Amino acid sequence: MTTPSRYWREIPQRYRLEANRCKSCKTVFFPPRLICPQCKKRDLEETRLVEKGEVISYTIIRVPPQQFVDQAPYAVGIVKLDDGVNLMGQIVDCDFEDLKIGMRVRIEFRKIFNEGKSGILCYGYKFVPE
Amino acid sequence: MREVAVIGVGMTKWGELWDKSLRNIFVETALLALDDAGVVEVNSMYVGSMSSGLFVGQEHIASLLADYLGQSNIPSTRVETACASGGLALRLGYMEIAAGISELVLVGGIEKMTDVSGYEATYALGTAADQEYEGYHGITFPGLYGLIARAHMEKYGTTREQLAMVAVKNHHNGSKNPLAQFPYEITVDSVLNSVMIADPLRILDCSPITDGAAAVVLCPAEMARKMDKPVVKIIGSGHATDTIALSSRKDITWLEAVYKAAKQAYAEADKGPQDIDIIEVHDCFTIAEICVLEALGIVEKGKGGDAVEQGLTSLEGKIPVNTSGGLKAKGHPVGATGAAQVVEIVKQLRGEAGERQIKKARIGLAQNMGGSGGSSVVHLFERE
Repeated sequence: MTTPSRYWREIPQRYRLEANRCKSCKTVFFPPRLICPQCKKRDLEETRLVEKGEVISYTIIRVPPQQFVDQAPYAVGIVKLDDGVNLMGQIVDCDFEDLKIGMRVRIEFRKIFNEGKSGILCYGYKFVPE
Repeated sequence: MREVAVIGVGMTKWGELWDKSLRNIFVETALLALDDAGVVEVNSMYVGSMSSGLFVGQEHIASLLADYLGQSNIPSTRVETACASGGLALRLGYMEIAAGISELVLVGGIEKMTDVSGYEATYALGTAADQEYEGYHGITFPGLYGLIARAHMEKYGTTREQLAMVAVKNHHNGSKNPLAQFPYEITVDSVLNSVMIADPLRILDCSPITDGAAAVVLCPAEMARKMDKPVVKIIGSGHATDTIALSSRKDITWLEAVYKAAKQAYAEADKGPQDIDIIEVHDCFTIAEICVLEALGIVEKGKGGDAVEQGLTSLEGKIPVNTSGGLKAKGHPVGATGAAQVVEIVKQLRGEAGERQIKKARIGLAQNMGGSGGSSVVHLFERE
């Protein structure tokens, strides 16, 4: 259900990896938050995600949502970035047999899917082997 | 707070109910609960439904269902916490009676999932995950639990066969439940050879798309004692939340919402995991049953797979889990599941569970969960 305004609104995160950090406990949040759930402080500063990390789990989607039909099967993983943020995204440019928990990956800017109704080409981050 | 009892339970056959509408499925089920309780009117209603809007294009169903149940003008509330909606409806009804606000409350859940295509159902279910930061990247619910399963196998050595054994056990139990959607046995081999959905999970690791409802009637325990049925009390209730994005959790193999909800329920009941005779858990995927048993404290962290392999959780085991067939075999009409767990526990505690009856069951636990663990509700029941 991507609409132009809903897509546009997330661009700072999807294109530029804009995050924020609690000034008190230094935890980094992505997407940015208005209040730190750990220390309940509201004093947060802008930062950007570190673009490298390691895979903490992965799966291969064989029965996809409709807008991903032309991509299946594809791998999706959770990656622990070196700044401590856990991020979900597709792992590409990697044979399924080579996927491993603990493998090092970096973020690249890629097309995610074509939105059928409004004709939006949706972009964002994916992971590739480092 | 007043003591609260369940005096009526109702459930009809679950499955792909092409000839029945959302309102009729619910009303048939709720009438069974009213008949079982021996009442015609209640003071209020709570109905769990995850997404009647996306599944049948109908919101405002609390009023619709009260009307068609012949309970005109009573307060009726729809409750939504994804797949934990039915369990949360029970908690709200429990609180209303315990607080002395009402004497009779009908609590239930409904989901009519087969009026839409597979893609539309996948989309509707996917809305229980973080749409902007999970769904956007092409993850599905089997995918989320696939991520949990892979991490659990890596961290604790849980095996692919142990996952399959959860499905085999629950189908065995479901084969003894005439209301189950899939009341037949499967084998470990059939699970391991079934089509892959989201590695390492195969189709026989996944709960199905189901139409169905369940309902129960609550009243003060004092009122229940004047009736000629065994009195089943709710002795503990807990509810907790977690990040709905799986990736935001420190340890994706640990269900903190389940742990916190169970802790509340155990404390209120002054009971612990060692006191429980039977359990219904939210096995939306085989790995979920394993993780939930760990979070409930029934087994140690990482030992959920061993528990099913060693038979601890089978019908003949020390703590039978999902005697109804669970979500896997009984079906999973998402908003109704939490209420159906209560129906099974009450039937077991009353000794009305037929072929799957557990002897001397006195204390039961029901655990219901939303999304990939973003919410959970736990209740404890005791037969007087």
